[in-house]
Amino acid sequence: MNINATLLAQTIMFIMFVWFCMKFVWPPIMQALTERKKMIADGLAAGERGKHELELASRRATESMHDAKQKAAEVIAQAEKRASQIIDEAKNAAKEEGDRLVAGAKAEIEQEVNRARETLRQQVADLAVAGAEKILRREVDAKAHAELLTSLKNEI
Amino acid sequence: MSGETQTSAEYIKHHLQNLTYGQLPDGSWGIAHSAEQAKEMGFWAINLDTTIIAFILGAIFLFFFVRAAQKASAGVPTGLQNFVEWIVDFIDTSVRGSFTAKNDMVAPLALTIFAWILLMNLMDLVPIDYLPLAAHAAGLPFLKVVPTTDPNATFGMSIAVFVLVVFYSIKMKGLGGFVGELTLQPFGKFGLPANIFLEGVNLIAKPVSLALRLFGNMYAGEMIFILIALMGASWASATFGSTLLFGSQIVLSLGWAIFHILIVTLQAFIFMTLTIVYMDMAHQEHH
Repeated sequence: MNINATLLAQTIMFIMFVWFCMKFVWPPIMQALTERKKMIADGLAAGERGKHELELASRRATESMHDAKQKAAEVIAQAEKRASQIIDEAKNAAKEEGDRLVAGAKAEIEQEVNRARETLRQQVADLAVAGAEKILRREVDAKAHAELLTSLKNEI
Repeated sequence: MSGETQTSAEYIKHHLQNLTYGQLPDGSWGIAHSAEQAKEMGFWAINLDTTIIAFILGAIFLFFFVRAAQKASAGVPTGLQNFVEWIVDFIDTSVRGSFTAKNDMVAPLALTIFAWILLMNLMDLVPIDYLPLAAHAAGLPFLKVVPTTDPNATFGMSIAVFVLVVFYSIKMKGLGGFVGELTLQPFGKFGLPANIFLEGVNLIAKPVSLALRLFGNMYAGEMIFILIALMGASWASATFGSTLLFGSQIVLSLGWAIFHILIVTLQAFIFMTLTIVYMDMAHQEHH
């Protein structure tokens, strides 16, 4: 327990160790710690940013989905409208065509009837003339009695 | 026990004697073989055990920390690096807490003090007879295993700290400021002798209290280990009494060792914290 030169040895050793520690141990470790702290802080910030962006993106996605739905509804409504329009048009066209056909048929029938009546009248006239010829037993001059015959025909 | 014929007093003295190298009475240089011889060597002798063990422990500390420092990166730390960084972070927090000025030396200083003292103190937990017995087998008469139970070691450190405190006081406040602090406080310039006395005691008390606190704690702890070890030494025959003593030694040394882990760490921490505080005071303009 004597105080002796060990005191000096210990002091020198201590100073040596402190110097060494200050030179080679402390700075690199502190630097690593600081860098890591910064890295962690950056990482957290990036995470926060990512979260924020995700939120924005999901909001955007919701919005565009909404838009799309609206547009789709519009398109469907338009299509429905157009379809009913087409059906109406087709209906009208068919009806017109039908009317037209009916009118044509009616006209033809009328014509046919007229023709038949004309023929009948002619035949009746001829028959009447022939009958009269037979009755009169003499030839009727067609040319001389054409006027008579025609008025007769018209009367029938 | 290193010898069959030792009495308890001899055993204790043997454990408290350093292995001293110096000039023997006949004029030659060698290792002192008794406490008296070691005393007669005067100042120019060196305690080989303290110096060498302290050096080895310091080297171990720096070896591991330098290895960790070389591998240190901002990546995920593993194993040794993790442990070292944990300690460094702990020291850094302590320094930031008590040291307000800017000085890149204080934190490494604190780290060195803490780690080195902790390792030296931990030598206390090696069973007290192992290393001295090994030394005895190697032909060395004494071996005091715990460097911090040697006041030379504790005063060595506290004097270095004291020199730093004075150096930074003068550097930060100028020689005039430092002398002014010593002479003009607390009673003004007319109470100069009283001021010098009070502030001088205040200044000298720093290294003395630092060194003696550590030394006293470790010395007392070591002493209790020695006393506990003596209980088992009374093992003579398988009588009830000696068996009881033997059993108590095991239980007591275990208990004291576990309690001592606290003291060992605490003393290293106190030495470190006080050093930081003294350095902080050296950097303050007014105190």
